Amino acid sequence: MRFAILMGLAATAWGEAPDAENGRHLFARYGCYQCHQLEAQGAAATGPRLGPRPIPFANFTKYVRRPTGQMPPYTAKVVKDSELADIYAFLESLPAPPPVKDIPLLNQ
Amino acid sequence: MSWPNRRNFLKSAAATGAAALAGKPQLARAQEAPRASAASAPSARAREAETGAPPAEVLTADRPGSDFMVDVLKRLGFEYVCSNPGSSFRGLHESIVNYGGNRDPEFITCCHEESSVAMAHGYAKIEGKPACVFAHGTVGLQHAAMALYNAYCDRAPVYVIIGNLVDAASRRPGVEWEHSVQDAGAMVRDFVKWDDLPASLPHFGESAVRAYKIAMTPPMMPVLLVADGDLQENPVAEAWPPIPKLTLARAPQGDSGSVAEAARLLVNAENPVLLAGRVARTPAGLKALIELAETLAAPVIDQGERMNFPSRHPLNLSSGRGLIAEADVIVGLELTDFWGTLHNYRDQLRRTSRRLTKPDTKLISITTGDLYLKSNYQDFERFQEVDLAMAADAEQTLPALTEAVKRLLTADRKRALEERGRKLAAAHQKALEAARVEASYGWDASPISTARLSMELWAQIKGKDWSLVSGAGGWPARLWEFDKHHQHIGSSGGAGVGYSAPASLGAALANRKYGRVSVTIQNDGDLMYAPGVLWTAAHHKIPLLSVMHNNRAYHQEVMHIQRMANRHQRGIENAGIGTTLLDPSIDFATVARGMGVYGAGPILEARDLGPAIRRALEVVEKGEPALIDVVTQPR
Repeated sequence: MRFAILMGLAATAWGEAPDAENGRHLFARYGCYQCHQLEAQGAAATGPRLGPRPIPFANFTKYVRRPTGQMPPYTAKVVKDSELADIYAFLESLPAPPPVKDIPLLNQ
Repeated sequence: MSWPNRRNFLKSAAATGAAALAGKPQLARAQEAPRASAASAPSARAREAETGAPPAEVLTADRPGSDFMVDVLKRLGFEYVCSNPGSSFRGLHESIVNYGGNRDPEFITCCHEESSVAMAHGYAKIEGKPACVFAHGTVGLQHAAMALYNAYCDRAPVYVIIGNLVDAASRRPGVEWEHSVQDAGAMVRDFVKWDDLPASLPHFGESAVRAYKIAMTPPMMPVLLVADGDLQENPVAEAWPPIPKLTLARAPQGDSGSVAEAARLLVNAENPVLLAGRVARTPAGLKALIELAETLAAPVIDQGERMNFPSRHPLNLSSGRGLIAEADVIVGLELTDFWGTLHNYRDQLRRTSRRLTKPDTKLISITTGDLYLKSNYQDFERFQEVDLAMAADAEQTLPALTEAVKRLLTADRKRALEERGRKLAAAHQKALEAARVEASYGWDASPISTARLSMELWAQIKGKDWSLVSGAGGWPARLWEFDKHHQHIGSSGGAGVGYSAPASLGAALANRKYGRVSVTIQNDGDLMYAPGVLWTAAHHKIPLLSVMHNNRAYHQEVMHIQRMANRHQRGIENAGIGTTLLDPSIDFATVARGMGVYGAGPILEARDLGPAIRRALEVVEKGEPALIDVVTQPR
């Protein structure tokens, strides 16, 4: 399934829209989940939540290439621009969680 | 010419002195019957006079030195000896289980010396006193060394007795030589507080009491005694030597001038911050920190190395590192790493750091770390400049500091502090609500999120008298309500993997007599170091619920290899080599069942977790251990 990417995200070199499903696969393959978890929900000790509603794509790309914090850099030699677009599409596609008030275990 | 060795010489001496045994005060009941029997038997010398035959070799001994050693251990109040059996302390072992009746101390059978020490480590943090560990002086101590280093870094008292045979003329050929060493303590001397090699029973008695006192004086650390094989096994003709009286040293309190100066700085501060490391050695420390924080309306950042401060207290702002940047006075209380707390550090190709505090922020430290330090192992962390340093125990100093603060508070100042307290309470509530929102992401994910795991467990235990004996960092610290000292005990100290499973069991052993429900969130890699600890749990019926945080990896190391691969632009496809626990995935429920422990799982779906925890808790509340294998997200 393909998701149209908003916020001015360019299409891939072949003119295709970014592929969120492939993005999920790449998110695992490139080890993003090791710090940010499989649903990109983040973990306090290792890395912040990335989605849904990720930061703007330009900022996302800039940080991945040249992180200013602890994250190791992912250069274009390792992750292509088109792959980053797919990963971003995956982050955008993530569903919002249920409201906290609807999760009894979080209201203890 | 042949020389009688020390063992045989003492044996014959014992035969002539057996009558001297009667009427001596003893601690162990089991000694009485054999002593009466020996006193009534004809001596070898008498038999020789009657028969003209050479004296028969003495083959038995009623009163070995190890019995005295057991009396010493009883006098010191040990409840348990955690040990994997070893011939170099066979005398002591036998005296524990027979002469001592296997009670106080009771022999806890461990399957690895690292487990023995880690069990004692966990026990000490619940019980507030050491358990004893027996180990071989050579092969046992080498196994035990990592766990000793953890306890040393964690400032926890552990009391180790190792067997050894100094006298080469006494040694059996073969393995007893491999198991003997000139200076047994040398191997771990860098990370035990004190060690000794007693040469006589009076020496053993003195050193045993001295070792206990040293271990229990903050900063608390492991100690080690060598129980020489001859000293254990040789019969004793003389009366037992006296056992010195144990009087523990009072923990050092900060000097009055420094306490007054710290109070003045804190009362005048607009944004003070209290940083808590290993403050609360006892429940009194928890109470004392609450009182200081409330008196000052000062936020507490609890680093979680002990149960220092209630998690839901309005002044608990442990997730608020931003407070450090705003602070004008910061008090570091028994911190492991003051410098690291006050700086941001980047682990990139060029390592950089940035100080978080303002240039004029006043820094105060109260720590016994200033009283005792060793050089070789570098657990003392980077040097932090401070404005006032009290070489003192924080728990012991806090009441005096609070009183000094109270004396300086005017009515106007109190009103200002109340306002500050209200703002901090609002910030605490905001942080709690933010944590709940964060936890909701990935709530139904498979593998199961660690937030979901934590809250499913919390739901089942919160109404009980519980103790989270490992795995309290992360979500529990943010979302559970901790308000009692025994509800968590910090972590390993030295970050040596293999601590959690045995230390949890040792803590659960201590909790057992109080009827507490001990639970642990158990990492898979940690349990794989020495899974025999499960058998120990089953054998000794130690109630402990282990909920596996099974991310099927040494996850910290996955991230490190990934960091290197990215730095070198090689892709991370191979980062799992050597760091993951896949192919095959470990079936921990089956492992547990094979050790005699109730095992359930693997649990893959979040909806299945709550019922599984309920069933396992029923087992634990009947006095047995249980394990649930939960396949989780990485963190």
